[in-house]
Amino acid sequence: MTEVKMTVNGRAVSGDAEGRTLLSTFLRETLGMTGTHVGCDTSQCGACVVHVNGNAVKSCTMFAHEAAGAEVATIEGQAAPDGTLNKIQQAFQDYHGLQCGFCTPGMVMSAAALLKENPQPTEAEVRDYLEGNICRCTGYHNIVRAIMAASGQEVPAVAAE
Amino acid sequence: MPKDQGIGASSKRREDVRFLTGTGNYTDDINLVNQTYAHFLRSDVAHGTINSIDASAAEAMEGVVKVFTAKDFEGVGGIPCGWQVTDREGNPMQEPKHPILAEGKVRHVGDPIAVVIAESPELARDAAEAVEVDITELPAVIDMKAACAEGATKVHDDLTSNLCYDWGFVEENRDAVDQAIKNAAHVTTLELTNNRLVANPMEPRVAVGDYNRANDEHTLYTTSQNPHVIRLLMGAFVLGIPEHKLRVVAPDVGGGFGTKIFHYAEEAFVTFAAKALNRPVKWTCSRSEAFISDAHGRDHVTKIELALDADNKFTAIRTETYANMGAYLSTFAPSVPTWLHGTLMAGNYTTPLIYVNVKAVFTNTVPVDAYRGAGRPEATFQLERVVDKAARELGMDPAELRRLNFIKPDQFPYETPVAVAYDTGNYDATLDKALELTDYAGFDTRAAESKANGKMRGFGIAHYIEACGIAPSNLVGQLGARAGLYESATVRVNATGSIAVMTGSHSHGQGHETTFAQVVADMIGIDESQVDIVHGDTSKTPMGMGTYGSRSIAVGGSAMVRAAEKVINKAKKIAAHLMEAADADIELKDGQFSVAGTDKSVAWGDVCLAAYVPHNYPLEEIEPGLEETAFYDPANFTYPSGAYFCEVEVDPGTGKIDILGFTAADDFGNVINPMIVEGQVHGGLAQGLGQAMLENCVYDDNGQLLSGSYMDYAMPRAHDLPNFTVDHSCQTPCTHNPLGVKGCGEAGAIGSPPALVNAVIDALHRGGYPVEHIDMPLSPSRVWNAMQSVK
Repeated sequence: MTEVKMTVNGRAVSGDAEGRTLLSTFLRETLGMTGTHVGCDTSQCGACVVHVNGNAVKSCTMFAHEAAGAEVATIEGQAAPDGTLNKIQQAFQDYHGLQCGFCTPGMVMSAAALLKENPQPTEAEVRDYLEGNICRCTGYHNIVRAIMAASGQEVPAVAAE
Repeated sequence: MPKDQGIGASSKRREDVRFLTGTGNYTDDINLVNQTYAHFLRSDVAHGTINSIDASAAEAMEGVVKVFTAKDFEGVGGIPCGWQVTDREGNPMQEPKHPILAEGKVRHVGDPIAVVIAESPELARDAAEAVEVDITELPAVIDMKAACAEGATKVHDDLTSNLCYDWGFVEENRDAVDQAIKNAAHVTTLELTNNRLVANPMEPRVAVGDYNRANDEHTLYTTSQNPHVIRLLMGAFVLGIPEHKLRVVAPDVGGGFGTKIFHYAEEAFVTFAAKALNRPVKWTCSRSEAFISDAHGRDHVTKIELALDADNKFTAIRTETYANMGAYLSTFAPSVPTWLHGTLMAGNYTTPLIYVNVKAVFTNTVPVDAYRGAGRPEATFQLERVVDKAARELGMDPAELRRLNFIKPDQFPYETPVAVAYDTGNYDATLDKALELTDYAGFDTRAAESKANGKMRGFGIAHYIEACGIAPSNLVGQLGARAGLYESATVRVNATGSIAVMTGSHSHGQGHETTFAQVVADMIGIDESQVDIVHGDTSKTPMGMGTYGSRSIAVGGSAMVRAAEKVINKAKKIAAHLMEAADADIELKDGQFSVAGTDKSVAWGDVCLAAYVPHNYPLEEIEPGLEETAFYDPANFTYPSGAYFCEVEVDPGTGKIDILGFTAADDFGNVINPMIVEGQVHGGLAQGLGQAMLENCVYDDNGQLLSGSYMDYAMPRAHDLPNFTVDHSCQTPCTHNPLGVKGCGEAGAIGSPPALVNAVIDALHRGGYPVEHIDMPLSPSRVWNAMQSVK
């Protein structure tokens, strides 16, 4: 075990990690930041997506020591300090883009990365970008709508009544 | 204007805020002081005799606390099965012991052999590699029909064969059905497989056991859909812990879809080990481990025959199904191919004679149990496929053949020949709605455009009926259920009028915390924010049966309504006293009690305060306080139904399917939160279309699981699926529960597989490939090979 230091959501943190300790494990177990979820062991599901130096990364594919000195952003740092949801989080609530919530941290972090590189994606572009994020609850329909809405595009209101 | 609160409003979900900010509390987020970690060493062969287990090297490793094997569980019960099916001769099913850890033999890849407890998960995993297990591999039985053959290797030596039961339903109809098929003007026959699936909630299972020696109390934190059921099964039948010394907590649970109903060995293990070690024990399942330890779903092989008369009316249905049980009987496994499947074989139709034969078979595979829909998707798939095939054989429009045979709106309540009575429904209405939403009339034009682009377009229809709101206890007791299936709720009103509702239902994505609060707030006329829903902890909620089978709003919601009614009735008495009026004259509206015909009123909050500060109170007539509990046992199942239409394009060069549109017109009765209901349908559709097009759980002949991770098991991704058109405006409210609700959780997974397969078969026929059937999943290679077979 050796010490690793990084910045997580703007806060300097450190902890001991083995060479084999994954960034996802370091966040969850060492730092106690359990917002980042682990849904598989083959880097398929994307529940563990965080940002490392501004890039979306599956935190189960990276060793904690590889993130030494990096700026890491997780789901815990997405809302404003007073708790106000950011526009992507708010759109997920407004458009019912989550059910059980387990894939949600990764979905929100992937959506943020998408909108940073493509501020007005088409629906097909959203669906393609989410290739690496599996959701078992929503059928993606409302996740796609939430991300389109968060990008400022017109999306029909939820639930035709 | 849509309502913004209460019943019928698309209230935003209150649970979202914690899930969107990383502050949920899932079981794997729980870490206890002095906690140890369990790693299960599992069989890597499908069938074998355990000659020896040597854990000495592992136990000598630094950080290892103990290695458990079956010998540590002598005198401990096996994992019980919650449902007993009786066979055609009237005998009980064959029921093998399901030990916590393998005793002498392993019976499927993943069968647990030993458990290493260590100071970290990594140390436990490392030490598991040092446990030496000597196994003599035996021949495995994987194929169900081979397992039933004379002289087949037995999965359980102490059983007479691999046949769990041979079930006939309705046995008395057998001869009449045979006769009707013999005399029919036309018989359509279809043999098909309902592919084996893995439920795959995104949160893998986790269990944390804790024990307090000072008061002899156990706590189990677990990823369960029904904590009280786990407490009862594990406490009473496995470990012998009385309920008052056992608390089961299922906190935020990341999806269930059935597979988190069942009581699993790992739950009993961590509870047992926590006491043995006097330290908390945590087990977190990896995804690869989930594939070989979560109960699987479906896996039926069926032959169905549909008889029609000269007027194209259905006269009889006969089916023979082989249903895979896997190596052991999971909690509700025997009920799935029988009472959740045979009873649905009438579908939406007036077929007068039905006979269903089911042979449930043990194999050297992971146990199979309920998965979203559970039996009802299997019934719907075979029925809607054979009806479609019949329409083609008869040269009829598939919608019109269905319509001709529908139970008509004036025929309800309708007694089917398979023991259930549908209370309400209007199948023509959902068909008409789906036709309207899909521009059925314009299909030929669209098909011509596809053809011009070198593609084959097809249109598929499926109808479904399901039995939800599980279940009337006295009825299911007669059918073999070993538990009641009521639901409970306590409505606790606080002194200043806010409310906590303790429900036996459990939310693991369905949004009960929002929907249930809407109902209670609406009944009283207060703001939804004044109502909190408490669930998932046996120490907080009354004994309840949990969430599965689309039962929560129909059964749990009804219990809550009954408890709230009791509260309101008592509050009216208090209000009457405060206003010096007769009880019968008190009305409650918008949170105000008033005396009919006067301008006297008193607010909800003031009445609640009076109940807890009873200074001016009818103490001689009623007790202080305002808290009531109700248990609701439904009089019947509920029967949601719907019409599902799928439009596809097939690439003749590759066999690849594109879903161009999917329309679901459902009748769920009354709807509490339309936004949540639509979300439930979307998710069900994705799972059904996943089954139809992508997902398949495959074993090789040796019992090795070939689809054991997300690298091999094709989960639906965003780009595999279309936008869905969903509609729930056709509403025939349930007649026997107070909300008139039916349940919506499983519909999508039930109705969508036949709609997609019917659409693909239609596309192939239109493209000049007269393929009769392709077994799911309709992968490009299967579609392409089927096309070549008829070239």
